[in-house]
Amino acid sequence: MERIEPIVAGGVSLRLVARLDVKGPNLIKGIHLEGLRVMGDPGEHARRYYEQGCDELIYMDAVASLYGRNNLFDIVQSTARHCFVPITVGGGIRSVEDADVLLRSGADKVAINTAATEGPPLITALANQFGSQAVVLSVEAKRRGATSSGGWEALTNNGRDHSGRDVVEWARQAVELGAGEILITSVDQEGTRKGFDIDLVATVCSAVNVPVVASGGMGCVDDIVTLTRASSVDGVAIADMLHYRRTTVSDIRADCRARSVPVRLVG
Amino acid sequence: MGGIVIADYGVGNIFSVYHAFEVVGAVAAVTKDPAEVRHADRLVIPGVGDFANCMDRLARQGFRDEVLAFAETGRPLLGICVGMQILFDSSAENGPTPGLGLLPGTVERIPDIGLDGARLKFPNTGWFDINPPKDGNWKSSVLAGLSPGDAMYFMHGYVPSPSNPEDRLATFSFHGHCLTAAARRDNLTGVQFHPERSARTGLSLLAQFAKL
Repeated sequence: MERIEPIVAGGVSLRLVARLDVKGPNLIKGIHLEGLRVMGDPGEHARRYYEQGCDELIYMDAVASLYGRNNLFDIVQSTARHCFVPITVGGGIRSVEDADVLLRSGADKVAINTAATEGPPLITALANQFGSQAVVLSVEAKRRGATSSGGWEALTNNGRDHSGRDVVEWARQAVELGAGEILITSVDQEGTRKGFDIDLVATVCSAVNVPVVASGGMGCVDDIVTLTRASSVDGVAIADMLHYRRTTVSDIRADCRARSVPVRLVG
Repeated sequence: MGGIVIADYGVGNIFSVYHAFEVVGAVAAVTKDPAEVRHADRLVIPGVGDFANCMDRLARQGFRDEVLAFAETGRPLLGICVGMQILFDSSAENGPTPGLGLLPGTVERIPDIGLDGARLKFPNTGWFDINPPKDGNWKSSVLAGLSPGDAMYFMHGYVPSPSNPEDRLATFSFHGHCLTAAARRDNLTGVQFHPERSARTGLSLLAQFAKL
């Protein structure tokens, strides 16, 4: 048997996460979480990304928190039947019961945002019930000013409303309460293909000691290279590039390896 | 019932394990009835979250004694994640908390500092390459179909430390620390990672378990 040496001594690889935002039965894609364009059947896309070798899938119900419920059960259930990588599901989760149904439908982790900002003890209740590893704090971050110097505010309801919370303080607090991972979405960069908000991700990574997945802005593999050099990020969420079929997960993976970004070798 | 039985004692992503067996052509049955364990050819014990909670539910749902009896039969048993951890003597999680004592050893918190000096994240979530321990091999184990360096998905804050080094079936490097990824002793196998979430490599493991 051939022994394959890991690229980095730590043995940790960057997760390539396919992110699917869903509205009703449709996969959607917007810019700054707005102007949503219908991209097709979410389950079909998810399966394509699984077959291309993605490390993880995220389903986010884009309108769920407005209606107070998550409608992804069926999509999650049929995806979990065909896709054997971890699945994170977010949007509209307001209680331990909501999370339980999703986790029993095949989700491995639940991502919470709006309900957690309204009642932070929900984070602890979820962590106690399912373990921290199953609880992801989803943060929609928007720059307070034109630059990073003013910090970022956490938005809720899929970028529609202001929570008044400072992103970094909120991330720290959520981790103390039991969140086991942070999904940090830059509303400013989201859908722009202009690269991740490096300052945001690096700042959050230094503020917490749980895994961080960066979302929003990826336009090319260079953006991953830049981000991993500037932060201890654990994963990158990819949406636009995949949904518009500008590339595949396997090509991104190959490019990452060629640029010495440690990613899992998919045989 | 016969065949592969997945113990549904109220914790874990049973759904995914069940479907993972399905796609590799092995029929598994999920049961909430501990008596079904007696008729199983192969037993799978999933588990996520808190060690003490898993032990508590296992006992309350009546699975504890059945699992102990099954282990004595020599038929293949596979513990996944916390389902692996509870096979050991005890865990440091909120503890020490006693386990089933089927495998000698303890379950410890993952290291806080890497050998590279890095402050490590907790819990540990991600893909890691697994390898046989020095002088070890994967012949006639659940890993028989895999190559050293194949990656598996981990999602955990604690990890078993078998007392007998020969019980280690696979290890992974966690910032320089050599941790146990899989353990095996006679008919008992435990994996710290999630084969049902590890794509092709994980499915290969489950297919192999179905053939043991």
